[in-house]
Amino acid sequence: MNVTFALATARRILTQLRHDRRTVAMLVLVPSLLLILLRFVFNTEMAFSAAAPALLAVFPFAIMFIVTSITTLRERTSATLERLMTMPIGKFDLLLGYAIAFGLVAVLQVAVATAISLTWLGLEIDGSVLLLLLIAMLDALLGTALGLFVSAFARTEFQAVQFMPLIVMPQILLCGLFAPRETMTPVLEWLSNVMPLSYAVEALESVTRSNELGGTFARDLVIVAGSGVLALILGAATLRRRTP
Amino acid sequence: MTASLNARRIKHVTNSSAVVVEDLRVRRGTHTVLHDLGFEVPRGSVTGLLGPSGCGKTTLMRSIVGVQIVESGTVTVLGHPAGSTPLRDKIGYATQNPSVYADLTVSEALRYFASILRAPAGDVTRVIDEVNLGTHADHIVGELSGGQLTRANLAVALLGKPELLVLDEPTVGLDPVLREDLWLLFHRLAADGVTLLVSSHVMDEAARCGRLLLMREGRILADDTPAALRTSTGADDLEQAFLSLVRRQETLA
Repeated sequence: MNVTFALATARRILTQLRHDRRTVAMLVLVPSLLLILLRFVFNTEMAFSAAAPALLAVFPFAIMFIVTSITTLRERTSATLERLMTMPIGKFDLLLGYAIAFGLVAVLQVAVATAISLTWLGLEIDGSVLLLLLIAMLDALLGTALGLFVSAFARTEFQAVQFMPLIVMPQILLCGLFAPRETMTPVLEWLSNVMPLSYAVEALESVTRSNELGGTFARDLVIVAGSGVLALILGAATLRRRTP
Repeated sequence: MTASLNARRIKHVTNSSAVVVEDLRVRRGTHTVLHDLGFEVPRGSVTGLLGPSGCGKTTLMRSIVGVQIVESGTVTVLGHPAGSTPLRDKIGYATQNPSVYADLTVSEALRYFASILRAPAGDVTRVIDEVNLGTHADHIVGELSGGQLTRANLAVALLGKPELLVLDEPTVGLDPVLREDLWLLFHRLAADGVTLLVSSHVMDEAARCGRLLLMREGRILADDTPAALRTSTGADDLEQAFLSLVRRQETLA
């Protein structure tokens, strides 16, 4: 592992984003706009406060998944990846660079969404705001890592976009946002139990509900972070220096 | 006995050849792209890899830079197996389709590749000047003309201190003046000891090379100097030489 290479890669990706102001504006503002919309759909602060924490987990996860899978696919199809693979950079350095760059974007995205939710939309949280930001960032990293991983299985941008409903939507449906996980049929509950987003949502809900964080919270954090690292390692394994 | 003979042969070869290809076979799906190729590229030479589109030039170049899955045979580059770690900052590779980040400026993209190659800070301006892109250093890569893009792509390969340059069609779409400039640059680099392997499908570029590898349908038709090829085929220009080699091969087959 070479941190210099990872940081150079992160800087390069952030520079690419800087040239694309519209994308940056959308990355930073879209989750907040959706939360504002949701606040007026529910029309009460109480109903909003119940759903908002889960969405603070879902938005960065889903958006980072799409952005990363498209960016990585572009790197593969434009042959810049092939060029990098002839150079001294390691596969994990490259993925780490991606994770750092999109992790930073995610922090910004979640910070703006959280600030707006807390100050204007009436979200009440009992726990620590910093912990909430930490979980949301881990979530975004999980989305980034999964996006990197699945981009290996997409040959075109059309296919990459289709992975979003395939990989992300089931996790959103089963994470406890639409129905409590305990009330699901055993098969669905089991599915919900093996999906990392469920644990991210659970962790966020416990942070918003109470100041007392027990072992379950720590376990949730470890599962989310661990799934992210696992997806990054699998992603590195799908990158090949030699291709057919 | 055989092993020591082989060892001596390899040692001899590494001293004089930058690239040694032996019995290289590459398949893509059911189709064999390269049929047991064998040749050497002398150090410090400008070797042209010529042949019609689709004859396997790019696959051969990818095998030399170590990104192609190879079915059998060996490729030795600067004394190391192709694609091995010690080679990764010694080879400059310019892909046929420009592989430079389209949403960065020319100098931003070069700066990134320079940091991955651990090239010195002044390298970015040096390579921009070498390919005559000084006026466009701060332009977005995606907004460059075709010829400018080709040159930006070539500039990446020149970063650092490459001992071998593998350039896949580096002069396509360039006007005659720029083409002339680049060939002068290639020969200047070769005079400094850099080995260049340059592919082209235009025969009029062949005369500029010190050595030629003529390829057709995944096989090497000829491996010689331009002058020797003209003599052996009795043709005045290299295009005719190539055609007569093709005919000779077909009558043999």
